[in-house]
Amino acid sequence: MSCLETLHDYGLRSIGIGERLLPKTDIDLCDQFVLIGSGLIWNFYFAFFALAFGFWLATLIAVGKASRRKIFQLPARAFIFVFRGSPLFIQFFLFYEIFVLIPKVGYDIDLGFVTITAETRWLTKAWLGATIVLILNTSAYTGEIFYGALRSIPKGDIEAADAYGMSGFRRFRRIIWPTMLRLAWPSYTNEAIFMFHATTLVFFSGFPAWRQSGDALYYASYFADKTFNPFVAYPIIALYFIAGTLSIITLFGWGNRRLNRHIPKELKTKFRFRPQLVR
Amino acid sequence: MHMCADPSTLDGFNWWLCYLTTGKQIMFYESFLTVLALLFLTAPVVLLLGFGGAVSRRSHFAPLRWFGAAYTNVVRGVPDIIFFLFVPIAMDQGIEYIRHKIKCSDWDEPVRQGNDFVVCAAAKMPLGTSPQWVHEVYGFSLALIAFAIVFGAFAANTLYGAMQAVPRAQLETAEAFGMSERQVFWRIHVPQMWVFAMPGLTNLWMILIKASPLLFLLGVEDIVYWAKELGGAKTTRFAYPHPDWRVYYFGVLLVFYLFMTWISERVFVRINRKLSHGQATLGGLTDAEVTA
Repeated sequence: MSCLETLHDYGLRSIGIGERLLPKTDIDLCDQFVLIGSGLIWNFYFAFFALAFGFWLATLIAVGKASRRKIFQLPARAFIFVFRGSPLFIQFFLFYEIFVLIPKVGYDIDLGFVTITAETRWLTKAWLGATIVLILNTSAYTGEIFYGALRSIPKGDIEAADAYGMSGFRRFRRIIWPTMLRLAWPSYTNEAIFMFHATTLVFFSGFPAWRQSGDALYYASYFADKTFNPFVAYPIIALYFIAGTLSIITLFGWGNRRLNRHIPKELKTKFRFRPQLVR
Repeated sequence: MHMCADPSTLDGFNWWLCYLTTGKQIMFYESFLTVLALLFLTAPVVLLLGFGGAVSRRSHFAPLRWFGAAYTNVVRGVPDIIFFLFVPIAMDQGIEYIRHKIKCSDWDEPVRQGNDFVVCAAAKMPLGTSPQWVHEVYGFSLALIAFAIVFGAFAANTLYGAMQAVPRAQLETAEAFGMSERQVFWRIHVPQMWVFAMPGLTNLWMILIKASPLLFLLGVEDIVYWAKELGGAKTTRFAYPHPDWRVYYFGVLLVFYLFMTWISERVFVRINRKLSHGQATLGGLTDAEVTA
């Protein structure tokens, strides 16, 4: 079988398109590259949605923690304490068990032109359940990062905003929030890289891989088990992840440049690659 | 206990008392010690590896410097769980391969046969005839090495940064006093770097705590293993039947970890206060000096 055929059969295997059976014998290098790469779709999926939703939740939490009102401050503090103080691995297990216990019902959501049924049993599936856990987890870490940035916003910036007659949401939207993002961005980049790495835990915790559709590590460990040779599959996935990490750094580098575009050149903070060191 | 002989007759408080003291429950409690053992045995190895990595990154000998840089960068660019899955099995096969070469040099069959890894019986690690505890200790040691390799890379990075952060003037003064390069390193540089390394090492300890449940993936019978095992629904065929209690067992684990990170944070605050005492940093000044 040529490598092109393998790509056709297994390229989208991780999302259920293509050949049903996984290769069992005569596993060659091409099989491993294609299937592990196919699994990477899930890693990107989880990382993307966790970060996309987590970003907004984290902003809320940071503002809540910085608030002077106890009613906002205490829940934000408790949320950060619980999700930052316990391992993501345990959170996956715990939430999976909670999702299993939730009664299986469907809710009709009327979108005007079409009605969809949202079912609670989706929560026990990795695509929804694990994403929710990842969102909660990343918002806690990001919330703490944003909170730290909020506290180090130069006083002068806020006083200048006051002098211009800005207040309330307008001041937040136009002065506080962009400055907070700018200050937090290097740490936030590290958090994004960590989130990308953490997506490999999903199919090794409570969440089952449905019809053997798993992420990159799921297939890598499948090959390592089948061939009893860890020296091929794991270096392949390591390569993929190094490439993924570098692309995240590039993407966030663009964001950093945009956020810093008004800052004089010699004051700009350069991003330093130090993943997990801020976790 | 005597009254626990027939659990079906028990109810209420006594049932709980007996349930929580069964042999398997005791093993669950003991597995918490496994996690603590991992943490406290790994930490010194991590520091040692980190120190070695940091020193090799500063070495005058280029290949050693490249090795140090490659070690820290590759480990940090890849999810730690990949190393946890890779290192134990790779080490195991490496050890068995070397033993095979030494003990069974008369074998002419290849070690890798298709999808099999075949070594002679004498080269198996541990030997098939060894008692159960040897297997457990061996598995645990491999896990410990995997943890040490991963976290050693992070520690190397932290210590490297800390070594760079020691003010140059301090080292120059030592040189001016006529100390040799070695003396400057051990008497001035190393003692002074710790205060700069503390924030990074604190963070590293927290990450290590939160990575410890991954022991489960390495086949060690740790707290996650027992929580799954004991929490699963037990039918009436068991002495203590109960429905699916995994959610409570994992809840207990969550609380355990929250406690661990909380207590660690408090301890580190105290250590930091001690270390920065008398240092010319903001943390080293007394309140009176700061306000003055």
